[in-house]
Amino acid sequence: MATTVAAPAAAPPAAGTKVRHAWTQHGLLFVVPFLAVYVAFLVWPVILGVRMSLSSVNIAGTNDGFVGFANYAEAFRAPLMWRSLWNTLVFTALSTVPLVLLGLGFALLVHHLRFVQWLWRLSFFGPFLLPSAVVSLLWLQMIYPPGYGLINGTLGIDVLWLGDPSVAMWAMVLTTVWWTVGFNFLLYLAALQSIPQHLYEAAAIDGANAWNRLRSITLPMLGRTTALIVVLQLLASLKVFDQIYLMTGGGPQDSTRSIIEYAYDTGFTGYRIGYASAVSYILFAIIVVVSLAQLRLFRKRAEGSS
Amino acid sequence: MQEGPPHVSRRTLLGGSLALAGAAATGCAIPMGLGSSQTRVRYWHFLGASDGIIMNRMVKAFGQAEPGVSVEENVLAWGEPYYTKIAMAGSGGRSPDLATFHLARLAGIGAGRILDPIDVRLLEEAGLRGSDFSPPIWERAHLDGVLYAIPFDAHPMVQYYNTDICRKAGLLGPDGKLRPTKGEDELIAMLRQAKDAMGGKPPLAFDALGLGTVGPWRVWWSLYPQSGGALLTPDGRHIAIDDGKALAALRLMARLGTEGLCDWRTDYGASVAAFTNGQAAFLWNGDWEVTGLKERGTPFSMTRFPSVFGGASAQADCHSFVLPHQRSRDPEVERATYRFIAYLVKHSADWAVAGHVPAYLPTLQQPAYLALNPQSEYRSVITEVALDPQVWFTGSASRMWLEFGEAFSPVISGQRSPEDGLAAAKASLSRLLAAPNPFPRQER
Repeated sequence: MATTVAAPAAAPPAAGTKVRHAWTQHGLLFVVPFLAVYVAFLVWPVILGVRMSLSSVNIAGTNDGFVGFANYAEAFRAPLMWRSLWNTLVFTALSTVPLVLLGLGFALLVHHLRFVQWLWRLSFFGPFLLPSAVVSLLWLQMIYPPGYGLINGTLGIDVLWLGDPSVAMWAMVLTTVWWTVGFNFLLYLAALQSIPQHLYEAAAIDGANAWNRLRSITLPMLGRTTALIVVLQLLASLKVFDQIYLMTGGGPQDSTRSIIEYAYDTGFTGYRIGYASAVSYILFAIIVVVSLAQLRLFRKRAEGSS
Repeated sequence: MQEGPPHVSRRTLLGGSLALAGAAATGCAIPMGLGSSQTRVRYWHFLGASDGIIMNRMVKAFGQAEPGVSVEENVLAWGEPYYTKIAMAGSGGRSPDLATFHLARLAGIGAGRILDPIDVRLLEEAGLRGSDFSPPIWERAHLDGVLYAIPFDAHPMVQYYNTDICRKAGLLGPDGKLRPTKGEDELIAMLRQAKDAMGGKPPLAFDALGLGTVGPWRVWWSLYPQSGGALLTPDGRHIAIDDGKALAALRLMARLGTEGLCDWRTDYGASVAAFTNGQAAFLWNGDWEVTGLKERGTPFSMTRFPSVFGGASAQADCHSFVLPHQRSRDPEVERATYRFIAYLVKHSADWAVAGHVPAYLPTLQQPAYLALNPQSEYRSVITEVALDPQVWFTGSASRMWLEFGEAFSPVISGQRSPEDGLAAAKASLSRLLAAPNPFPRQER
């Protein structure tokens, strides 16, 4: 008996060096189907895209001569590219703040309302289930139209929501918040429900009021969720396209043209896929920088707190 | 043997339902008789609404005239996505046998191996000759002297007018037709009279703003060329806009909006709706709304776009037929395709019901066409159509249309001065001129 028990106990150090060579035991074999799809549909197109961005290739795949960094140089010289980039950053800033705060607010509200909870959950999460085309048409044709739109009609005001360059971006933000706040709400709600109840009980015994409990227990316990939501939200907002394409096409006077809309315009209606690829890679670089910065930031904070 | 209900094997049943499901899935795209001895011609077009109904009727009529050929109609969305699809299909070499195309887009992608040249010999065999077409339009169907398109019609900007309102405003002549105006003062006077008759509501509607608006471009490109203005130098390399003339046209557009003579808050759909419902006395639009207006019983007629700055030109584009590039063509399908084109072109009078002016000159003399009212009222415009310059970024739903539309839209509403509008348009134009042509010619 002793030997049979001892054998496995003694085995690991010897087997450890062996396992390093037997790559199948890492589970790589199980990952191969995923890897194949990942390489074919993500890694390879990313590499192809780099090549396209260095050529003058058109929508038909012809005229694909190598032009070096001419596309990038042209993009950096183009005022409309900078304008689109600026619009994208403005949209990201304007949309991320309310999307995170409102998500938290709604989640706290629903968490503490003890009756017909399903109704509140459905109300806040419902819009997120709609496809972008439905959302855009709803706001474009029923809520925003001047004259007979829901907002102007109800409030008795006369605002060109999508026709006035100083208002259009706010209108895009409003639509986006209404549409996607449900996702952040859901993440926050799940996090709230997983905070151990005994913390609140202990705090209550110590005489902490509702505000203290929120500040000292709830918000710190939601820290990781907040970090996740901010990352996801920044990435989603930087990539805004659907609702802008469907509702304003980038207008009026370029006030809502996001960088992806700009890439679409030059690539698919202007036929210059090479140039559009270069613009896409500029956005890609920005997204990589933002993601790395966030990772560093959160890692430092996590180390500090532990 | 066994008595009872007729025996149906599982295989027959499965096969039968599969066939049914297949037929249902393909819908009406494939007419009956596929797989028989019929020659199949695959035809792509973007003709929707009433245009589409009329085209579908003509395809059916051709099917009856030539039972040996079946035309597979495929209707795609109008605008930029259509030209993206054509470009990709043509470059792959496995494209449809025939496609509808805007003539002004020809310079854009026609030169890049996307389209196959028209075989003039086969065209003549089918009974069509170049001399039968309106000369400027026939000329535009060529690139570097090679024929790439067969013109079908021209669809110019026209002026629709509500006969009831105009009668009330005293704008109709003794023949019941709108008295034509000449110059800016007469146009403004006419609009003011209509405005009074409508109790102060803006009498004119056109596509003035909104998602992908091209209306401001269409109106400007009708007015500006009337004074002899050009957009580009003949070689298509430099801007040739005459600021004075361009601003005169823009100032008129701004005047219409700020003096309440046109409702600058209408997008395309709203402008048509306003006119259809008698909320506007005039509609400036392409000629294709005629069928819809007739169906809805609006009391209306049509005339040429008003002459304001000397000439009488009107912005226009032309529908035409092209052969997207194929690696190899079946000679029989090719002949059938030409016969189908010839059938459509020769029956242009049926097509003119949709509002378009036939490019096939013999049709313009036919009693059947002349009897069309109001579609034959503006046929004289065919010699004065303002087509786009022949460069790669022009034509229906092109980048230039979209960018000019966006530059001029705020001028109509008064949000932007005519000078700023023109500057924005020129900036777009120089940007497009500076960008390399994605389909350079030397490639062929």
